[in-house]
Amino acid sequence: MSVINDPISFEHYSTDDFFDELIDANGHPRPDAAPLTEVINRLPIGDLMRRQAAIERSLHRMGITFAVYGDKSGTEKIMPFDIVPRIISSMLWRHIEAGLKQRITALNMFLDDIYNDQAILKDNVVPRDLIENATTFLKPCIGLKPPRGVWCHITGTDLVRDADGAVFVLEDNLRCPSGVSYVLQNRAVMKRNFPQIFAASKVRPVNDYPAKLYQMLRWLARDDIKNPTVVVLTPGIYNSAYYEHSFLAHQMGVELVEGRDLMVDDGVVYMRTTDGPQRVDVIYRRVDDTFIDPEVFREDSVLGVKGLMDAYRRGNIALANAPGTGVADDKVVYVYVPDMIRYYMNEEAIIPNVRTYICQRDEDRKYVLAHLDELVVKAANESGGYGMLIGPHSTKEQQAEFAVKIKDDPRNFIAQPTLSLSRMPTVVDGSLQGRHVDLRPYILHGERIWILPGGLTRVALKKGSLVVNSSQGGGSKDTWVVAEPGHTVVDTQDDQ
Amino acid sequence: MLSRVAESIYWMARYIERAENTARFVEVTLNLVLDQPMGVDEPWRPLINATGDDEIFNKSYAVADAETVMRFMAFDRDYANSIISALRIARENARSVRESLSSEAFEQINTLYHYVNTAAQTEQSPDSPTDFFDSIRRHCHLLTGILDATMSHDTGWHFANVGRLIERADKTSRILDVKYFTLLPTVDSVGTAIDDLQWSTLLFSLSGFEAYRRQHHVILSDKVVEFFLLHTEFPRSVRFCVDNAETSLLAITGGATDPRHSVATEKIAALRERLASTDATSILQYGLHQFVDSVQGDLNEIGIAITDSYFD
Repeated sequence: MSVINDPISFEHYSTDDFFDELIDANGHPRPDAAPLTEVINRLPIGDLMRRQAAIERSLHRMGITFAVYGDKSGTEKIMPFDIVPRIISSMLWRHIEAGLKQRITALNMFLDDIYNDQAILKDNVVPRDLIENATTFLKPCIGLKPPRGVWCHITGTDLVRDADGAVFVLEDNLRCPSGVSYVLQNRAVMKRNFPQIFAASKVRPVNDYPAKLYQMLRWLARDDIKNPTVVVLTPGIYNSAYYEHSFLAHQMGVELVEGRDLMVDDGVVYMRTTDGPQRVDVIYRRVDDTFIDPEVFREDSVLGVKGLMDAYRRGNIALANAPGTGVADDKVVYVYVPDMIRYYMNEEAIIPNVRTYICQRDEDRKYVLAHLDELVVKAANESGGYGMLIGPHSTKEQQAEFAVKIKDDPRNFIAQPTLSLSRMPTVVDGSLQGRHVDLRPYILHGERIWILPGGLTRVALKKGSLVVNSSQGGGSKDTWVVAEPGHTVVDTQDDQ
Repeated sequence: MLSRVAESIYWMARYIERAENTARFVEVTLNLVLDQPMGVDEPWRPLINATGDDEIFNKSYAVADAETVMRFMAFDRDYANSIISALRIARENARSVRESLSSEAFEQINTLYHYVNTAAQTEQSPDSPTDFFDSIRRHCHLLTGILDATMSHDTGWHFANVGRLIERADKTSRILDVKYFTLLPTVDSVGTAIDDLQWSTLLFSLSGFEAYRRQHHVILSDKVVEFFLLHTEFPRSVRFCVDNAETSLLAITGGATDPRHSVATEKIAALRERLASTDATSILQYGLHQFVDSVQGDLNEIGIAITDSYFD
């Protein structure tokens, strides 16, 4: 177990020939990480572990926990958190920001196009059958013009870096991306329990996210409504992201509602209050598309509100994100995003996609089936690390199983080369060890596009593992974007 | 305020108060037993009787001794009114309305729950039961202070008040019942040192011993009864609770005469009136236990009326 008596330092840390976010190939800290590594190297013995434990206690007290399934004694666990922060240089961040702004602009144009004119389909840039056969393409949304013309207001895009440190987009999450509450709480507990390490670095703050989110949501309300009522719609206390729903409502100072708290009367949405019905103008909905209105989508949904889509079509309520955005989340549609950028914006993608094989294409499928031991295979519509085969870490049986699945339903699978994901020094068993990470920045698309500096760094805590999802044993880290040289940490450049 | 949120805040406050009072129940018995003359059968039995849940207890436990009663009242997850169950329900309610509470308030409920849950997971009874139950009380006081100092005194806060005060009124009357069920060894013991000791223990468990003594100096049973039931200024007396619950209820209604709300406000006004127009002598003549029982019945009806008027 952990050896508390040894100092934890970077002295014996090895990058093992992976790209490391903090340490270069020669074992020296990268320029922005140097102040951090120096502070950690100088800590008294046991100090880092003590602080790590204090952070875990904080998270426990704040109730950022999940119940252990089937445990009657009420044991609860926190999401694993690692104390060593990830550091992103201002230069790299500028690149990421530009790339994400470009990408979300193109994706919004794409959504507006396919639900209206379908120019991109007519011009055969994206195959028509791919869109029309996607389960996430919602027919009731055809012809919709969402308030202010934005479809996807809140996005969490998954980025990874390869062996050379180059950035790639791994996935677009355009439905109800979660995790932003961890970004804010991770920063809060780091400031409380390890304030010294902030002094040496100029870290850009993250705590204005709720204010930006609220401004954006308010902006969506109809012009004639002077003081719009914004609410957050949650599936309820048993949803795994419930904490986040409650956190965001709390931080924005708005009501957190469940479907049963809302009702629609003559195309207007109301919530049930102790003073009778009160009109609602904007809903940040954290309920999936097909559950929001049993009249239009799934009849069995008890999470939604009857008549909500009608109110939406009449322009009486704004929904963020708009229903129907999931189609741009499809892992096959993902392949076409660089083409969308070219088609709508006449630009090349600033952040490239990961090379992706589409199993529906005969040639690609042949290649995939012959190289299952090398590739990562993903189901087109799954998330959370489910429905996935990681070739190099799989058995022959698992590969055979996937081969059958792919042949049965090629439309539903894509494959990508197994990336050598970048790593971060992480405290494991009382010493610093390299663990693979990804990054999920959060993008708000209101009047302008604003990106929260940093985002959620997820870390695969198991040695050698490439799966960072919390449902699969992943943890998270505080993520620092260092201010531009000569700028203060609170930058006017990111004002919405 | 959302009706669902109002309801959850109300029940959160009720269950926290329930947990605190259960801790008080056990503390009063711990003290009574230490002062008990030898040879009394099952000195812990009166406590179970006072809860009104003796049938539930008898199903799971053969004897009522310190060990079983403490386990039942503090840690029994299958008993809905045990401290751990009450805190679990309070926390579930708080979790579902977290955004309407201050962060400090939620964290305090969470901390309290984990404190008791950790104790519940160990097999033995707390090393010093008095310290343990005392800590629970302190945690509950801290929460009330936090709600008071960190929340706007708006509709939500008033619902918390109503929940806490209705629950407290009920439990104060039940603490008085512990004395009723704790029979004195002989009729001659009335007014003796033992009798005095028992009344003072009751006052202690209400945190009211000092306030009582400042006013009356010596222990007189009718004065103690008056203190418990009719005192207008002591914050745990039944009358104080009813008066203030009514004030909060009227603040929620905001003077509006919505017929939906009038059932609850009328019922609570009637109980306030009843407490204001009686005295300890009449209560003792009528029968203390009978009186306390009927007050509990009224409180129960008020609770139902609140649910009907505000939450449905």
